[in-house]
Amino acid sequence: MRVFIPPPLRSYTGGRARVEVEGATLGAVLDSLDVSYPGFRFRIVDEQDRIRSHIRFVVREEFIHTLTHPLEPGDEIQIICALSGGSPDSQGTTRQDV
Amino acid sequence: MGSARGNPARRVLQRKLSKRGPVIRKGRSVAKTPGRVWLLVGTKKGAFIFRADGTRRKWEPTGPIFLGNEVNHLVLDPRDGRTLLMAARTGHLGPTVFRSTDGGRTWKEAQRPPAFPKADDAASAPAVERTFWLTPGHPSQPGVWYAGTSPHGMFRSGDGGVSWDPVAGFLDYLQVLKAREGFIGPTPGGPLTHSILVDPRDAAHLYVGLSTGGFFETLDGGGSWKPLNKGVAAYFLPVKDTEYGHDPHCVALHPAKPDRLYQQNHCGIYRLDRPGETWKRIGRAMPKEVGDIGFPIVLHPRDPDTVWVFPMDGTTVWPRTSPGGRPAVYRTQDAGRAWQRQDRGMPREQAYFTVMRQAFTADPLKPVGLYLGTTSGEIWVSPAEGATWRILASHLPYVLSVTAAVPA
Repeated sequence: MRVFIPPPLRSYTGGRARVEVEGATLGAVLDSLDVSYPGFRFRIVDEQDRIRSHIRFVVREEFIHTLTHPLEPGDEIQIICALSGGSPDSQGTTRQDV
Repeated sequence: MGSARGNPARRVLQRKLSKRGPVIRKGRSVAKTPGRVWLLVGTKKGAFIFRADGTRRKWEPTGPIFLGNEVNHLVLDPRDGRTLLMAARTGHLGPTVFRSTDGGRTWKEAQRPPAFPKADDAASAPAVERTFWLTPGHPSQPGVWYAGTSPHGMFRSGDGGVSWDPVAGFLDYLQVLKAREGFIGPTPGGPLTHSILVDPRDAAHLYVGLSTGGFFETLDGGGSWKPLNKGVAAYFLPVKDTEYGHDPHCVALHPAKPDRLYQQNHCGIYRLDRPGETWKRIGRAMPKEVGDIGFPIVLHPRDPDTVWVFPMDGTTVWPRTSPGGRPAVYRTQDAGRAWQRQDRGMPREQAYFTVMRQAFTADPLKPVGLYLGTTSGEIWVSPAEGATWRILASHLPYVLSVTAAVPA
């Protein structure tokens, strides 16, 4: 499936904005990305498997909040570096100076 | 954590410390006439390297390196004079460590950056938010590095910063300390593990500072720890005398006299001579209108009695800016009995400098060069041990760290 890479993470993908990987869940896709682009996963998911505060995943025009979220063939995943002031994340954080 | 009299382990510790003699300096970190000096600057928006020859008259800037990254520490390995480690993160992306083995020309990311163990209860388990501090290991252990993080954590690399593992004994000890509510906590900038110091006589003898939490020591490479905070004030705690919970802002060990430590604390400036365990508040000798509050403390590379601090306003709401808007370095040459103001070349009024704990440093040359970076993006240098100051760079981003190093 196709993953859209935001600019801050394109140093890992050689500048590519779209990459193709396989995976049955969001977590599996991120694992695959980390194999192809070492270090990628830890920048957006912490060591406790929590999605970092200012990272969002979108599948089929909806925010995905869990790594176990199932994916279907043909799904497109968008990784978004969220703007400050967005909706509260799972940790209750809403703003951060960047 | 009882007294030495009643604690066999502590008696052994005191015997070990009392038998230690002066250190014989070998290696590059105190080179007397190095041909080059690098100034490694970490800012909130990237890193910069300024390079000069031994005269230090002209500096060549390079950078920004990793523009947009918050660089908390950029350190050259004194054991090879070539390897650089950089602690970085961005506003969106998690923390990592970048490595260069060619003096900063090319960089690679650590394969396994500092990270806490995966916990069963992940919801409340810590995750590294930033790697805050980097310390090269003992000269006998090439490739060993230590890192301090926020939230509190200590990590070790044995392969030059490629992969990092928690110092398990320290994480276990933190759990013991945290049992006392409010004694291990955050600063407004978060909980910060810093000032990881390696005894040049003994690779297993380490110190570490926690803001907040206090200052601690291990004699077995990190397996077991004990507090070392006697004599240090902690006005923000509910008890007057406490074994830990203090707020050391920066602690330094003298390379030529490793039994001597100096500390710039949230509550004053202190000196400790081991095997003693009680800090002496040497900041009492500072002018009252200036006070003895600040973040960094810098030691002369050869003279254990000479120390520099950068006082900041610790009154009212703790502005943490130069007292009276008149920035100055203060120096002692007698281990803290008297202090001299050194401000020649600095602004005389309306200058409100803030200098973070990693942002004031000395080089090992003769005379010693001093360097400080401000949160307003200026780098100030003194090639004459503080006697005169001039501005090297302005309009940089908020400076987080400044390290002077002698490359190979």
